[in-house]
Amino acid sequence: MLRLYATVAAGGFRRHATYRVATVAGVFTNSVFGFILSYTYIALWDERPMLGGYSMDDALAYVWIGQALITVCGLMGGGFEDELIERIRTGDIAVDLYRPADLQAWWFSANAGRSAYQLLGRGVAPMAIGALVFRFTLPSGPGAWLAFLVAVALGSVVGFAIWYAVAMSAFWLLDGQGVVQVAWLGGLFFSGMLLPLNVFPGTLGEVARLLPWASLLQVPADVYLGRYQGRALAGAYAFQACWALVLLGAGRMAQAAATRKVVVQGG
Amino acid sequence: MPFIELDTVEKIFTVRRKTGLIRREKREVRAVDGISFGVDRGEMVGYIGPNGAGKSTTIKMLTGILTPTGGRLRVAGIDPARERTRLAQRIGVVFGQRTTLWWDLPLKDSYRLMHRMYRIPDARYRENLDRCVDLLDLEELLDVPVRQLSLGQRMRGDIAAALLHDPDVLYLDEPTIGLDVVSKARVREFLRDLNTTHGTTVLLTTHDLTDIEQLCSRVMVIDHGRLMYDGELAGLHAVGESERLLVVDLERELPPITDVPGARFVRSEGPRQWLAFPATASAAPLVAAVAARHPLLDLSVREPDIEAVIAKMYGGTREERRESLM
Amino acid sequence: MADSLRTYRMVAGMWIRSTMTYRASFALTVFTSFCVTFFDFVVILLMFGQVRGLGGFSFAEVALLYGLTGTSFGIADLTMGSLQRMGKRVRDGSLDTFLMRPAPLLAQVAADKFALRRFGRVAQGLMVLVWALVLLDVAWTPVKVLLLPMTVVCGAVIFAAVMVLGASTLFWMQDAAEVTNSFTYGGNTLLQYPPTIFAQELVRGVVYVVPLAFVNWLPALHILGRPAPAGMPDAAAFASPLVAAVCCAVAGLAWRAGIRSYRSTGS
Repeated sequence: MLRLYATVAAGGFRRHATYRVATVAGVFTNSVFGFILSYTYIALWDERPMLGGYSMDDALAYVWIGQALITVCGLMGGGFEDELIERIRTGDIAVDLYRPADLQAWWFSANAGRSAYQLLGRGVAPMAIGALVFRFTLPSGPGAWLAFLVAVALGSVVGFAIWYAVAMSAFWLLDGQGVVQVAWLGGLFFSGMLLPLNVFPGTLGEVARLLPWASLLQVPADVYLGRYQGRALAGAYAFQACWALVLLGAGRMAQAAATRKVVVQGG
Repeated sequence: MPFIELDTVEKIFTVRRKTGLIRREKREVRAVDGISFGVDRGEMVGYIGPNGAGKSTTIKMLTGILTPTGGRLRVAGIDPARERTRLAQRIGVVFGQRTTLWWDLPLKDSYRLMHRMYRIPDARYRENLDRCVDLLDLEELLDVPVRQLSLGQRMRGDIAAALLHDPDVLYLDEPTIGLDVVSKARVREFLRDLNTTHGTTVLLTTHDLTDIEQLCSRVMVIDHGRLMYDGELAGLHAVGESERLLVVDLERELPPITDVPGARFVRSEGPRQWLAFPATASAAPLVAAVAARHPLLDLSVREPDIEAVIAKMYGGTREERRESLM
Repeated sequence: MADSLRTYRMVAGMWIRSTMTYRASFALTVFTSFCVTFFDFVVILLMFGQVRGLGGFSFAEVALLYGLTGTSFGIADLTMGSLQRMGKRVRDGSLDTFLMRPAPLLAQVAADKFALRRFGRVAQGLMVLVWALVLLDVAWTPVKVLLLPMTVVCGAVIFAAVMVLGASTLFWMQDAAEVTNSFTYGGNTLLQYPPTIFAQELVRGVVYVVPLAFVNWLPALHILGRPAPAGMPDAAAFASPLVAAVCCAVAGLAWRAGIRSYRSTGS
């Protein structure tokens, strides 16, 4: 069974690797946004040095980490939910449900492959470009890079869990666009992609840092910047893992209910 | 002068293929390689060939979507590539595998859009719609969202949509694909009627030889971008030496039937046996002969597969293609 | 032109009716679309919660820039936003169906999947614009007053032309759709901030190469009584209609070339 999922993951990786033009286009776009955001952050940190506890170099690193992780962690869409929703809408999902493989595990594997490709194809290049143009903070050593990668992997799992649960709503809402938009909104704002969550004021900031979207960018970025060490690092991972489990569980429950529904309706 | 006229029409695509990391190789693909034919007004012609033979490229040139690389092409006196939108008023197109109807809206809404987009005069629109609704039995379906229609219902809906503006030519691409027997029969009956009473010229591409058999007096076969055959269907069978299959269900398992003249035993599976006979021969005497000599429960006649006919007709050519694709 | 507008109205009308069949989802998407753009502005509010000025511009001045580009971009996105999804139509061959109809292709593609929910962005842009006008302390002259609606309209036309230009490239490269986002969404983000915070090379590019500066920067700087960027004369504030016309001409030529290429290669 594990072999099957490994094959599915490899397929997800290869499938995205074939879109080379799209990858280059994506890197270009991420870099353009990186530039624009960098200049706004420079203006902001010029006025308020050490805002949110970040130095200017930290803030710039944050910008480019954000651009690198957009597709990896599904900040603005998981990259698979449209396809899944379309299958639900057209009823093709019935075929998937009768497969011997578990639906969620199947899509999870495919997404893991996609995510891995996006990290290599669309994550590395913008960060390299950003690092060349703007001098920003780099992790202290291989250990710090590794810690960052673990946080990214967990973030990608949370991202998958969010978008999978969102896609499941299409079983009941037929046109899942409304829910997708809400999730998109959450991702955009509460992931901290526009502005780091530790710059958010008061209660808004406290709440934002507890929501699942914080796992996608804020936590990996803080791990990158070395703000978590030792037990705190374990705590950060645990935060991500908790959200991953809760949301994956929610997706499973929705899937189970939907399966009953499909079976009762006969597809 | 023929209504549809092609004179040594060519369409050459340049395909760029990656051969290394950066190196690219340019290769010319002759999708349509000098085709000439004419179709008279009111004819109903089957246009067949294996996948990738150049069928859809031809149709795309006839509708003006693609500009030919060479040769002359006229539909209703119009050069399709030059006057695509003017030609659009004169032609109707139905794709079996792609609906042009609005998925979430009632069927009649799609028709209303056609009415306005094609600027069909009100009286004529009413008349055409009524006729299609009547003949295609759409009355009950007009208020149903398209997504709730069955495949057969949707196909009927699509055919009606293509006819509301009274086209002189109708292009049908696999109009019966995926349909059940009843729906197929209904679609064919409608097309036959349209052709005889309305004089609409019909060009039909299909994989189902029964479509051709029941509708077209003339068939054109295209392969490798060239016209390989143009004539009656019977002639195609003769050229291709194609065979039909008689499927016989006997009362019990029996030894192979070899004593019926003109039939060749193919295989058996329990009480069921398959017998082949020339496609040009009539099935009736054969059935009588089998029934006279064996305890018969049920039987059916299978038409030869179009790919098989063409494969037989041109022997090695398909194998070559397969190799060249590898 | 009249034919195009007629076609656009017909097709857009069908899509509006289609959306209305999923009422709950539609209400949700209108709401979230509004929120998405609202949160976009919240970021600027949060920034100004931390600082008094950005690049020497006050909150009201930044709000004017934001309101102008937001409204223009909203209008362009509402009417032409579907163009970025044309790549799918080219790839799966459904564009052929459009080409077989006796109606202009651009109008059919632009109205394809018309989404009324995108009006939320226009509404939000207008609200910020009004807010800015209330806050601003400007000596209004008739010329400055007239400059406002002209800027909004010309800005929308410039953005729309960029979208058409971007869509034209899809005839050759269907996977490069994201590059257009750099200039549309990216341009909109860039123009929300004052030109003073960006590197001069970037500003010059936006003035002379991709003339997005004419969407709002040049007219707004004139209204605010500030010097034009990148060595432009002050009169450039009134050049937006001319720039918009040139953009349309370029986009129109690119579109024609795109169709011609599509009809000869069929891919």
